[in-house]
Amino acid sequence: MSKTDTRALAFVSSGTIPPSPPPSSEVGAVHWLRENLFSGWFNTILTLASIAVVVLLVPPIVEWAFLDSVWNASSLSECREKGTGACWAVINERFNQFMFGFYPPHLYWRPILTFVLLFVALAPVLFGSLPRQMLWFSLLFPVVAYFLIWGGLGLEPVESRQLGGFLLALVIGVAGIVLSLPIGILLALGRKSHLIFIKTICVVFIEFIRGVPLITLLFVANSVLAYFFPPGSNLDLILRVVIMVTLFASAYMAEVIRGGLAALPQGQYEAADALGLNYQKSMRLIVLPQALKISIPGIVNTFIGLFKDTTLVVVIGLLDPIGLIAATRADSNWNGIIWEFYVFVGFFFFIACFGMSRYSMYLERKLKTDHR
Amino acid sequence: MKTSVFLGTLAVAGLAAGLAGAATLDDVKAKGFVQCGVATGVPGFAFTDASGEWDGFDVSMCRAVAAAIFGDPKAIKFTPTTGKTRFTALASGEVDLLFRNTTWTLSRDTDLKLDFVGVNYYDGQGFMVPKSLGVSSAKELDGATVCIQTGTTTELNLADFFRANSISYEPVPIETNAEATQKYLAGACDVYTTDASGLAATRSTFEAPGDHVILPEIISKEPLGPAVRHGDSEWADIVRWTLNALVVAEEFGVNSGNVDQLASAPTDNPEVNRLLGTEGEYGAMMGLPKDWAVKVVKGVGNYGEIFDRTIGPDTPIGLARGLNALWTQGGILYAPPFR
Repeated sequence: MSKTDTRALAFVSSGTIPPSPPPSSEVGAVHWLRENLFSGWFNTILTLASIAVVVLLVPPIVEWAFLDSVWNASSLSECREKGTGACWAVINERFNQFMFGFYPPHLYWRPILTFVLLFVALAPVLFGSLPRQMLWFSLLFPVVAYFLIWGGLGLEPVESRQLGGFLLALVIGVAGIVLSLPIGILLALGRKSHLIFIKTICVVFIEFIRGVPLITLLFVANSVLAYFFPPGSNLDLILRVVIMVTLFASAYMAEVIRGGLAALPQGQYEAADALGLNYQKSMRLIVLPQALKISIPGIVNTFIGLFKDTTLVVVIGLLDPIGLIAATRADSNWNGIIWEFYVFVGFFFFIACFGMSRYSMYLERKLKTDHR
Repeated sequence: MKTSVFLGTLAVAGLAAGLAGAATLDDVKAKGFVQCGVATGVPGFAFTDASGEWDGFDVSMCRAVAAAIFGDPKAIKFTPTTGKTRFTALASGEVDLLFRNTTWTLSRDTDLKLDFVGVNYYDGQGFMVPKSLGVSSAKELDGATVCIQTGTTTELNLADFFRANSISYEPVPIETNAEATQKYLAGACDVYTTDASGLAATRSTFEAPGDHVILPEIISKEPLGPAVRHGDSEWADIVRWTLNALVVAEEFGVNSGNVDQLASAPTDNPEVNRLLGTEGEYGAMMGLPKDWAVKVVKGVGNYGEIFDRTIGPDTPIGLARGLNALWTQGGILYAPPFR
């Protein structure tokens, strides 16, 4: 240690210097803006362009959809007199038709009750915290729903042709979704089976259905099947459509689940065998829970696709929401309206599909057991 | 021996099936309603009102058939059919008749095994242009861009017309009428061509219909009419004569207002008497009640009433009678005599 500096020390710090606040450019909104929106010339241009687009687009849309829109009118010409914006009056007038089709109005409570019960039935399946006894109701629900919607057992019968609008989309969509998952699991397991007969059937079925467009299957349901039955003894058209949609979705579901099965390490299968579990038990307790968890995004993806595909039934003359648009536009009072219908129908489908997507994210978080 | 027995059995079975399929009237009477195939939505011709009831020009005429058989225009159920499903729906027996602005053509009448029983609307392909284009005839459309629905007879007619007049055009293919309207109004094409009735209906929905003109040229014949299955003449007769009754009723001034009075006692006009069943047994010849035409006119009105109510000049569609006026008034609407 050198002793070169012998001068008396004028100041000795007795503690640490208090931290000074960071420069204003490094904190708060300004920092965030600089960091995220204006970090370089390219980002700055993008930001300014985006702001310009928002400013140009949003006010006219808000004006059209809300400020200048007309909610009460009896025809398009009346709408045009009252305001320059959207003519929501047509949705207002035809709301029940868009919801239920031509379902008898005094029986609207039946589809509504079915819809409420649907959630009661779904709740124990979707959320594990609910009592398991509720699952019995879930199993019973399809029967209850059938009799509520089509009548029978003392309820006034309603014909399939009277179903329409979102009711029809939901009937086809929910039935397809609920039925395609179990069938898809069986097909996926069948495709991996060592029994050549079962395996061949599953492979042929999956490859055939995946190789044919859904529209073709719908035409088969509508036209070709009708030739197979004598006139008058028709299998219900909606039932035929549900069967075809279910078969179609099952084939896709099978491949999604097969992907999950393939992603599972071979060690899991061997571990199940080593524990002495038989086939059913090893599948039920070890393989499927893991494979299905891996497949969740793919499964929900198929569900969402299936639900949106229900609008294809318009090509066989079923009046789902899209089909009702044509029938309503043909009314001379409302002929000429286009955007309002599609905005409304699109909004409904967005809510349904977004809901499914959010649920799948919740499920993925809940089931996340790996600690990666 | 065995083969001939087998073939004989097949023939008998085929015959029985043919007979069973043939008696549409008995089937209809047994189930208590007429199943009618209509369009999923054509302005003025077939649409649903706010309460979900089908209405329109074609729909009313289909109700007339129900009124003829059951005396009640509501004894009917409608099956909406698309351009792709309409013929199979009829052939498979899903509907009893098709009343769906379908053009009567040779191939449909023969090859598709349909029977067209008459014409309820004479249509033809026309052109609509903005007034600002300053065109007064379709022959001046050299070099125009034309919005046209793909896969229809209109596409072929258009090519024929322009080739015959040796002028050029540029087609803009579109799928639906709604899309065509948007494109035409946005100026993506100078001309929109489809059936004249469709043009008029489309123009009526514009904010300024007066700014667009429908050119005088009609370049094709589109006789629209009801069709039934091939090989059931009794059923075809009923549909044909229901349609004729509507026309004859207009010709002799029988309408929904005075039909009860005219039918209460024989009038001076024997044709009216035969129509309304106060003379002769004309209903029985078709297996219908005596007063079938009374119920038809009372239920839906005569041809002119239906026309005025659904697509006539006072409706938003605003079609003139034109070719569809009675033969006595300069049109070609002509029904054979009731005798």
